[in-house]
Amino acid sequence: MLEAIILTVITAATPLLLAAIGELVVERSGVLNLGVEGMMVMGAVAGFAITVSTGSPLLGIVAGLVAGLAVSLIFGFVTLTLVANQVASGLALTLFGLGLSGLLGEGFVGTPGIKLPSLSIPGLTDIPYVGRILFGQDILVYVSFALVLAVSWFLFRTRGGLVLRAVGDNHVSAHALGYKVIRVRYLAVMFGGACAGLGGAYLSIAYTPLWVENMTAGRGWIALALVVFSSWLPSRLVIGAYLFGAVTILQLHAQPLGLGVPSQFLSMLPYLATVVVLVAISGNRRATRFNTPACLGAPFVPDR
Amino acid sequence: MRIELVRRPEMSRTMMLVSPLIAVGLTVLFAAIVFALQGHDPLTGIFYFFIEPLMSSWSLEQLVIKATPLIIIGLGLSVCYLSNNWNIGAEGQLTIGAITGSILPILYPEFVSPIVAPLMILMAAAGGAAYGLVPAVLKTRFGTNEILTSLMLVYVSTLFLDWVVRGPWKSPQAFGFPITVDFNESAVLGSFPVGPLYLNASAFIALALVVVLAVVMRSTLKGFEIRVLGQSPRAGAFAGFSARRMTSFAFAFSGALAGVAGLMVVMTEIQKLQPVISPGYGFTAIIVAFLGRLNPIGILIAGLVIALSYLGGEAIQTSMQMSSKVATVLQGMLLFFVLACDTLILYRIRLVSTRSTQEQARA
Repeated sequence: MLEAIILTVITAATPLLLAAIGELVVERSGVLNLGVEGMMVMGAVAGFAITVSTGSPLLGIVAGLVAGLAVSLIFGFVTLTLVANQVASGLALTLFGLGLSGLLGEGFVGTPGIKLPSLSIPGLTDIPYVGRILFGQDILVYVSFALVLAVSWFLFRTRGGLVLRAVGDNHVSAHALGYKVIRVRYLAVMFGGACAGLGGAYLSIAYTPLWVENMTAGRGWIALALVVFSSWLPSRLVIGAYLFGAVTILQLHAQPLGLGVPSQFLSMLPYLATVVVLVAISGNRRATRFNTPACLGAPFVPDR
Repeated sequence: MRIELVRRPEMSRTMMLVSPLIAVGLTVLFAAIVFALQGHDPLTGIFYFFIEPLMSSWSLEQLVIKATPLIIIGLGLSVCYLSNNWNIGAEGQLTIGAITGSILPILYPEFVSPIVAPLMILMAAAGGAAYGLVPAVLKTRFGTNEILTSLMLVYVSTLFLDWVVRGPWKSPQAFGFPITVDFNESAVLGSFPVGPLYLNASAFIALALVVVLAVVMRSTLKGFEIRVLGQSPRAGAFAGFSARRMTSFAFAFSGALAGVAGLMVVMTEIQKLQPVISPGYGFTAIIVAFLGRLNPIGILIAGLVIALSYLGGEAIQTSMQMSSKVATVLQGMLLFFVLACDTLILYRIRLVSTRSTQEQARA
């Protein structure tokens, strides 16, 4: 029972973790992309469509990544090249992504999907209790953890990460030192789009191998909240994502038990938990203010 | 080739008027491309999407019915966005307003009186305002990001509506369908003839709100306060304005209007409550607010333009067997175009070839 619950928590947490780690890099570069939901849902529809038509979930994953990246470029062009308002442009990306995915996915509603196979290493996967949890996941679960480690290392142990953080904290100084602020931000936005696309593809290929319109159901927004929760530190993102995965699974398991609580109230839990967590973290000023990228959401026009 | 922005010495007044028009033009162009990609003749598509809905009095009446909630919500959101408060949860405030506004006809169906409709509108405004105040209070008390909280509350409110119509308020005569009792005749809004058209009473409410807000924004201290606090909270503080109180005011105001808009939908189109009452008016109104340049008159026009896209989506579905979802794609794209074209107000756009930049660098 416990093993089964942990396994489902992992599948519920992975899409959040994938989308959030991308957004964390975007925000560290000083860009606030509220379009995570739109990029995720585009990743979900592209991933599902390619998986079903080629029969290969791996190609589906690549398609999800590319779709998320592609739509993030629209956001990048509008906010970075044309310095439009980032909040409004992010909303536009979400509305656009939800609309376009609904249109593209119309022919796939009701089509049975193909589930991403889980890893199976003879010997290791069969270890009782921990075998399936540690060695029996699908590839994207490992990718999500690898990304957290890679991003952590990149941001705090490499020159490139230092430049990216400098751009996010003070774009005027970074520009004066000769760093290409706009180029760094484009790269960050594209990375965020690719990660959100991966997270979306995970939903339609691994979590529930189906295409349902608006299937992200607010997960993109929860990923945004997780970045705030993590106070822009990758390692804390893991805690947040698994906490939310647990809340999602908790309400799924509690529903058949009844408990006298209407199912709608249980379904509210992940959203209410997000609000509670955001309030709790914003009460802790020291943690948030120290790590918040100082130029988050501020437009930048290089003077020549 | 590279795009370079050159700051204008001052805001371009022409561009303020022209940029939404360019955005709409680009959206029509984009629509033509979408139609062509789907294997349809672009010109026929544009005709059915943008022009055919304007040709019959029935569809003009539908246009007004769809535009009404968009305009009412857009007006409220404009106050929020002008004062730099990011309420994106209007859909939630709409839902709660529709629920609180429907208390009288559902719980007291025998109460038939001319005061029922005004009472319902007041209760919807109160419900929407109260729900809108939640993210505002969390922002002013704890510094919590209002974008995320207001959006999370949308999901909570739609689940609550789902529970209400399947649980306590389910009509005993509904044969198990998740709907409430039908509203009595004093709880629905009728239509009045205006020229050749029959326009619903809700349209006049929207129009009155446009006029009131236009006057408030242009010639009262409150309108000044909203704009100053949005552009510079510091300058506002010197003038004795409180940014915190403005946050609460803007959220309560936009929540109240969203609640009223939700009730208008229920009182005109559905005349009962059901699990889904809005095709995302609360989100589409964000586009309306920006397309209308956050100006009441602009929002009136923008609401009609966006309402046209809903009808256009239905028209291409029936006439050309295309998906009505094209409408949502175009709405999203329109917002991108509007935001991108707004750049023209502050900047001149120069296309620079890469070689000339290199020469500049050498010189």
